[in-house]
Amino acid sequence: MKAILTLDNLASGLVTTIWTPVFVAIFLAIIAYAFWPRNKAAFDEAARLPLREE
Amino acid sequence: MSQPSISKSMTIGESGLAVVFAATAFLCVIAAAKALDAPFAFHAALGAAASVAAVFCIVNRYFERPAALPPAEINGRPNYNMGPIKFSSFMAMFWGIAGFLVGLIIASQLAWPALNFDLPWIQFGRLRPLHTSAVIFAFGGNVLIATSFYVVQKSCRVRLAGDLAPWFVVIGYNFFILVAGTGYLLGVTQSKEYAEPEWYADLWLTIVWVVYLLVFLVTVIKRKEPHIFVANWFYLAFIVTIAVLHLGNNPALPVSAFGSKSYVAWGGIQDAMFQWWYGHNAVGFFLTAGFLAIMYYFIPKRADRPIYSYRLSIIHFWALIFLYIWAGPHHLHYTALPDWTQTLGMTFSIMLWMPSWGGMINGLMTLSGAWDKLRTDPVLRMLVVSVAFYGMSTFEGPMMSIKVVNSLSHYTDWTIGHVHSGALGWVGFVSFGALYCLVPWAWNRKGLYSLKLVNWHFWIATLGIVLYISAMWVSGILQGLMWRAYTSLGFLEYSFIETVEAMHPFYIIRAAGGGLFLIGSLIMAYNLWMTVRVGEAEVQMPVALQPAE
Repeated sequence: MKAILTLDNLASGLVTTIWTPVFVAIFLAIIAYAFWPRNKAAFDEAARLPLREE
Repeated sequence: MSQPSISKSMTIGESGLAVVFAATAFLCVIAAAKALDAPFAFHAALGAAASVAAVFCIVNRYFERPAALPPAEINGRPNYNMGPIKFSSFMAMFWGIAGFLVGLIIASQLAWPALNFDLPWIQFGRLRPLHTSAVIFAFGGNVLIATSFYVVQKSCRVRLAGDLAPWFVVIGYNFFILVAGTGYLLGVTQSKEYAEPEWYADLWLTIVWVVYLLVFLVTVIKRKEPHIFVANWFYLAFIVTIAVLHLGNNPALPVSAFGSKSYVAWGGIQDAMFQWWYGHNAVGFFLTAGFLAIMYYFIPKRADRPIYSYRLSIIHFWALIFLYIWAGPHHLHYTALPDWTQTLGMTFSIMLWMPSWGGMINGLMTLSGAWDKLRTDPVLRMLVVSVAFYGMSTFEGPMMSIKVVNSLSHYTDWTIGHVHSGALGWVGFVSFGALYCLVPWAWNRKGLYSLKLVNWHFWIATLGIVLYISAMWVSGILQGLMWRAYTSLGFLEYSFIETVEAMHPFYIIRAAGGGLFLIGSLIMAYNLWMTVRVGEAEVQMPVALQPAE
């Protein structure tokens, strides 16, 4: 039987391909987080952070 | 806050570090005695001297300091640690002038080759890495360390973590620069571009960098401000990625534990790919992410305006992180690198245009409602022009990564022009702007000694950049076209020496541009020096007058 978790398989084929959709999904989640309406107030506050410190 | 009187004793950090440095001094003396080559003996002796000096400084500092370590807060306000920031700012200015000067020397050597005086130590091949390392790692690195230590404290509203650790970082990093730089002059190099230092310097940098990461991370962890400000994300990405790149590109086997020569573990095209994975991400995470952190903190602060879009800054950050890491192969177009890898590198380089311009727009639009300040505040103008140069060179870069464009531009002066529009225009100007802000803040001065001198610096340096990059554009495209010109019979139209001859006037213009940039930095050094020496101290508002939050 062919071993699935060999170094060759890790370096090519499905195992590496899977990262592309995973990264895309993570990035889309980040965009959703950035534009989530409920986060707007907190981000507007954060944009002023350098101005209100002491 | 009544503090019980405690008996004075050395902290574990103080005694531990003193013992470690004493042991290091001992080992360095042995290494110097058994050294196989003169440069290694010199560096081992340098290490021994520095270690002894470190032990002396630690013990002396212990005897000078009061029993209690500096408190984290005084009267409810963070007791910010400015010492290491002042040190790094000073070193940044020092190395900046040194690096620009060496750049001027090698530019002049290209125009007038006799200027190398047939001395091995000042050959172009040795001075060129000295120039690149001095401006990128010594000048840029010290600016990044100084500003990151300042921004992380202020935006987290907490004192920098560690007592000796921040000092270890700033002094240790500059010692690395000293070893690397003197090594180049003595002919010690592992011949990887932007990663020239040999194995022992690499090992030392690894230790310093891990401590840098810890100081930064622990400061973020114990923050009083719940939100982690976007500049800190950029700084953290810079620190973490540089650590990964450094470890990935530099594994090497020394010929002997007592000699400077080593062989890099990677071979052939794998080595080339590792090198440019490292090289381009040094651009992406050292020269971009770190300085974008400066943009996101210093421009709002100086313009007294909030960041244009905080949402955009989040997307800007993550898009940059996801895309940059793949762009390296565009340095290896038309080489033995597999064709698909070249195309991948090109594709990601073109995609990088979007986050780069998103960030540029975010920086520029932060000025909205405060555009008039560009006329009155030359420091802000410097910061904003730097962002404009960032936009320009991040348009030019993706364009040059397209394979057909690259077939013309690669190996020509166009690359040099591109690099310098980014280095002088973006990194240089944003660093100057940040230092003009940081020095009065760190030394507690009301403002700069002279804004008029900043204005002079701005215009002289801008003129220098314009001369530099336009000369290199013309020279590079001319060079590329001459290399690919064929006669009707299919022979190359120009011999190589004819193309070199054609470059001569542009090399003179380039040297003139570099000279102007150097003059600007000397004006800056004088201005900052006078700010610290004779600047009016800022009067701290009494705590009682603070409005309730």
